[in-house]
Amino acid sequence: MRDVAVIGIGLTKFGELWEKSFRDLITEAGIKAIEDAGISGREIDGIYVGSMSAGRFVGQEHVGALVADSAGLIGVPSTRVESACASGGLAFRQAYLAVASGMHDMVVVGGVEKMTDVVSAEATNTLATAADQEWESFFGVTFPALYALIATRHMHEYGTTREQLAQVAVKNHANGVLNPNAHFKRKITLEDVLNSSPVAYPLRLLDCSPVSDGAAAVILCPLKDAKKYTDKIVKIRGSGQASDTLALYSREDICTFKSTVLASKMAYKQAKIRSKDVDVAEVHDCFTIAEILAIEDLGFFRKGEGGKAVEEGLTEMDGTIPVNTSGGLKAKGHPVGATGVAQIAEIVMQLRGEADKRQVKDAEIGLTHNIGGSGASCVVHILEVV
Amino acid sequence: MKEDVGIVSYGVYIPRYRIKASSIAKVWGKDSRYIEKGLNITEKSVPGPDEDVATISVEAARYALRRCNINPKDIGAIYIGSESHPYAVKPTGTIVGEAIGATPDLMVADYEFACKAGTAAIQNCIALIKSNIIKYGLAIGADTSQSAPGDALEYTASAGGAAFILGKDKVIVNINATYSFATDTPDFWRREARKYPAHGGRFTGEPAYFKHIINASKNLMEKIGTEPGDYDYAVFHQPNGKFPISVAKKLGFTYEQIEPGLICPFLGNTYSGSSLVGLSAVLDIAKPGDRIFVTSYGSGAGSDSFDLTVTENIKKFKRKNAPTVHELLEDKEYIDYGTYAKFRDLLYWE
Repeated sequence: MRDVAVIGIGLTKFGELWEKSFRDLITEAGIKAIEDAGISGREIDGIYVGSMSAGRFVGQEHVGALVADSAGLIGVPSTRVESACASGGLAFRQAYLAVASGMHDMVVVGGVEKMTDVVSAEATNTLATAADQEWESFFGVTFPALYALIATRHMHEYGTTREQLAQVAVKNHANGVLNPNAHFKRKITLEDVLNSSPVAYPLRLLDCSPVSDGAAAVILCPLKDAKKYTDKIVKIRGSGQASDTLALYSREDICTFKSTVLASKMAYKQAKIRSKDVDVAEVHDCFTIAEILAIEDLGFFRKGEGGKAVEEGLTEMDGTIPVNTSGGLKAKGHPVGATGVAQIAEIVMQLRGEADKRQVKDAEIGLTHNIGGSGASCVVHILEVV
Repeated sequence: MKEDVGIVSYGVYIPRYRIKASSIAKVWGKDSRYIEKGLNITEKSVPGPDEDVATISVEAARYALRRCNINPKDIGAIYIGSESHPYAVKPTGTIVGEAIGATPDLMVADYEFACKAGTAAIQNCIALIKSNIIKYGLAIGADTSQSAPGDALEYTASAGGAAFILGKDKVIVNINATYSFATDTPDFWRREARKYPAHGGRFTGEPAYFKHIINASKNLMEKIGTEPGDYDYAVFHQPNGKFPISVAKKLGFTYEQIEPGLICPFLGNTYSGSSLVGLSAVLDIAKPGDRIFVTSYGSGAGSDSFDLTVTENIKKFKRKNAPTVHELLEDKEYIDYGTYAKFRDLLYWE
């Protein structure tokens, strides 16, 4: 296994991008990443693209070939990766393994979703395909409903409060204001969240990440070659992936995502670090409760104490572990296939010291956490500036 | 000297039945506080079982005629803009022409361009008057707008209309300039023989309503060298109570400029009648010299912008011969959702 570095990142704006197609988005992110890395297209020998459901969102499958074609990289092996909302994170892991194995030397990883071409009911149904169709979705379960069940149980078990959930959204919106690519660049208050429209008790509209369009891309190469391209080398120190039961009801405990626990253990072990060594983290906050679960399952806080940690500001930009400096899925936006790759891009910016107003001081080790469905798949990465 | 061409008279008709947004919300298990806040609407008008675009147009046209002394026979064209003409084939305009005594020396055609067909009718009447083909033209925007039960549109889709007599004599409002902006943007539509329209959700906002109104308004002001501060009043199409406030702000108009013409919160969206009822509410209080900016919006999509100046003639204009928009709004009777369902043909039996 070779060490692997991230040498380029590219992001589109996230949001309701009516004027941009699926193809426009992924091509724009890819070109930006190639420009950022300062490489030429001819050097690329592999492409991985995360996309959850281009088939349902824009009627386009065969995404791997489409991306190679649009990027002018015909001939290059191009693979589409799908793991629901963790598609981007998993595409990154596949690319990492491809370079680490010695099979590929310069790989571009993209993540993309164009979600606003369908009406919101269709988007909700499409997202629900990440749940268990036969045993959950057919009975009317949607993702807000599944996460509402988790939130209710977490409140019951650990005394997590409605206000603590809201505080996650308030924090992430405050961070989003500082991110020029964010879907929402608007501060919100605790009252805004508590008074927003009910979605599924106890979750309200401002507890939920939005339906967004967007794309992200990063470039990977062997660490030994990285200094040819950049002085600010970000190395992949750990990569973990795990699965869990597809349906939420099959779990022994719905207040924890076993996939997060296992994937992060795998990544920490490879990186030879502990959770307290992480300086900055991008976690999967598709709903406010998901961020609380994540910061507990990743080991930043003890189980049941995530809500309190958020309330005390420990996950804010100047807290003990800044979480979702990008604004997270909540404020930055959640174009599902793009999310995992965009998380990597944010951590790379933080580690390079290029995060501008949202820069975490002296960040050396960063973590990304990308969830599929209601935790049936999880991908965790640990990056370090060399 | 510049020739006066513009509005000679106007009239509005609003059915007297109202349903509250809260009554609709209750049926669908929605919290009306969020609806009222989200759409800025408290109630909407509902047409009675015997009312349609033809009856609404006749009422509005008769009110317009009551306010001026013109012979209906001098009306050379009737153009009615609506997306709920009672017939798919056969015009509404001939019914109205017959009812007000304007037949048979008459050009008639029904217009359809979602919510902006009424302002398109005004533009075409003006063109015919300027080319001396007709003496007076009657342009009407009216609708009994459709909305599928349970759709977000149900809170706003209402009924009403406004009629404008256009000409060169005793013009109360000069139409100084007009400009239109149109693109093929499918944000809202109803296919042939379908009962209810479909829409693209949030796509109806930014790339549709806002893009077209902003472009039409900016381009007209640029063309004639005006800016928002030059106007005493502004009226924008009102699909809900929020969009016009937001578009006015984006364009640089103040809330004070649009408030007198902002009728949607108490009336709903009368589609082809919407911006024209708003303009009528402004004319109910306008004084000589007042400058008014109007931009309509029709899905599909396009906007018509107008630069208007109220003339001295409005002093002698017999506004009181017909009810004002606010008088029509006050004359109301609330109905529950069951009655609404009966009136709007939502009930099903065999």
